[in-house]
Amino acid sequence: MSRLGLRPRDAVGVGLFALATVVVLFLPRFISDFRAQQFAYVGIYFIALIGLNVLTGYTGQISLGHGAFMAIGGYTTAILISNQGLEIGGHVFAGDLRDIWTLPIAGLVAGLAGFLFGFPALRLTGLYLALATFAVAVATPAVMRKFESFTGGGAGINLFESPRLTGVSTTDPITFETTEGVDILGFHIPTFNEWLYYLSWTVALALFAVAWLILRGRVGRTLRAIRDSEVAAASAGINLARYKTLAFGISAFYAGVAGALLGIATTFVNPDVFAVTLSIFLLVGVVVGGLGSLWPLVAGAIFIHFMQIEWAQNADSAIPDWLPVLGDVNTNVPGAPSVAFGVILILVMLALPGGAAGLVRRLTALVRR
Amino acid sequence: MTEFFQQVVSGLALGSIYAALALALVLIHRATGVINFAQGEMAMFTTYIAWTLTTNHGWNDWLAYAATLALAFIGGVGIQRIVIRPVERASILTIVIVTIGLVLVFNGAAAWIWTAEVQFFPSPFPNETVSIGDVAISVIDLGTIAVVSVLVVLLWAFFRFTKIGLALRASALNPDASRLVGVRVGWMLAIGWGLAAMLGAVAGILTAPTTTLDPTMMQAILIYAFAAAVLGGIDSPLGAVVGGLLLGVGLNLIGNYVDFVGADLRLPVALLIILVVLLVRPAGLFGKQVLGRV
Repeated sequence: MSRLGLRPRDAVGVGLFALATVVVLFLPRFISDFRAQQFAYVGIYFIALIGLNVLTGYTGQISLGHGAFMAIGGYTTAILISNQGLEIGGHVFAGDLRDIWTLPIAGLVAGLAGFLFGFPALRLTGLYLALATFAVAVATPAVMRKFESFTGGGAGINLFESPRLTGVSTTDPITFETTEGVDILGFHIPTFNEWLYYLSWTVALALFAVAWLILRGRVGRTLRAIRDSEVAAASAGINLARYKTLAFGISAFYAGVAGALLGIATTFVNPDVFAVTLSIFLLVGVVVGGLGSLWPLVAGAIFIHFMQIEWAQNADSAIPDWLPVLGDVNTNVPGAPSVAFGVILILVMLALPGGAAGLVRRLTALVRR
Repeated sequence: MTEFFQQVVSGLALGSIYAALALALVLIHRATGVINFAQGEMAMFTTYIAWTLTTNHGWNDWLAYAATLALAFIGGVGIQRIVIRPVERASILTIVIVTIGLVLVFNGAAAWIWTAEVQFFPSPFPNETVSIGDVAISVIDLGTIAVVSVLVVLLWAFFRFTKIGLALRASALNPDASRLVGVRVGWMLAIGWGLAAMLGAVAGILTAPTTTLDPTMMQAILIYAFAAAVLGGIDSPLGAVVGGLLLGVGLNLIGNYVDFVGADLRLPVALLIILVVLLVRPAGLFGKQVLGRV
């Protein structure tokens, strides 16, 4: 305890973490398989949001291009577990790695990319960084389409056929017996979706704990100092270059792992999975969860996942009557979630800049008064 | 050589569209120090208005364009007053996020109202070519260049010779002093947003016939406009025009003569230009170096 420098109030945090672990462990017993899959995506977004918040919320460096780092992670995993005969520097990638072992590799590759991007980013402040990262987000799909031999071009890489994917249903060619699910540590996880759920939330909780440990100490204080005033931080002897590139590296590592999990969960990767909207949704999630917060990001992750799905299904009734004045309205309303996202994003910035975290802080302050 | 000149002319046409959108970005950045990430989507949305007025409601082309520009101006002013003004004094991050929110709203609203299906937007100019020597030049390209040229001159005259133009410049240069001499700075900023929205509408209406009309049509153009504005110096209107034209011609030539780049890698090239300019010469070609103070 003392070596980690835990304070009494941290005990509350540790207790909550244990509680969260228990909830995560038993939640699939109470929800349908379909919901388990949805919560798996929530876990994946949670990881990406933690990563983005390390950079944007804690260090104050705007990134509108985090989808690009997710793409690097996703494609790394896809290339490693699919057998498409790719050859780089004499080594042929035969797709002989199991999917979960590619997660750290995907994270490290993306993290390295982020660390390296951090160097030019050192010279870009505020607005210019936002601009450059936005351009990265827009340009990424074009790059992925171009290097076809590497990425499968516009069609991407299909992972569903890969025998390296853990837990997908496989049919025995002779007996036609279908097996699905995973046996692990003496437990049987019956379906692929549930396996996805446990995989993404195990990784999410572990990475959450790591982020918490990093951010609560000296490194976290340093990053916040940089966010609040770079000039003041520098004059206090903080090596800006070291910490900003570090923040970029950590942030991209998280994004890479999330991207790898996203690839595994969707069982394919292509430029559309990592379109510019992904980067923007991540920003929405961080803002809704709360800039500079950690666990409230779950709210952000739930928000960005369920808004995309639920809204698209139930939006028929949501068209205001006055809108047809402008033209013919389609009842499938493809743009509705996007409008809702945008409006909520603006409203949150206007009325509740702290997001869910700020709301909780205000409510607890009310209770304590 | 003939092909080269043809590429240059069509590059100038593309470049003048980038220039128009870059001017819109510069206009807002000069006045408020903000980059409007929704400039492209606002342009796309207004283009849809022009399209629906002509195609669905049978309006005359030029009448529809005039109405669109008027709506764009009102819309721009409204957005500044309602959405941007409350966060005026907030951090850059907050303002950037709000404009990203606008991106989502306009992109979604266009898909919502008009579906995401690709539409055909007829050009107001005849689809013909005129020949100068061996070089065949499309009338649409010439029209595009002419429209943007006239626009730039009008804008210059507006800022140079009118009372409002003077007030706009004053409030961009020194808001506090302007307020003291009776300029209503808040409204000047709103007018700046209105003018920028109009410029965007023109860029959108000129873009749509050369590509197609769909909710993503301005995303790439916005990146090119960013590149143009950065290249010319983000605070310099002249820089935006020169940067836009340089970029249009340059990208066209690179796309045609460098096989590796082709049509696919133009966006990454624009990204590269943004990065290189920001790293090597952040003030761009015509901008002023800005020094920070603690």
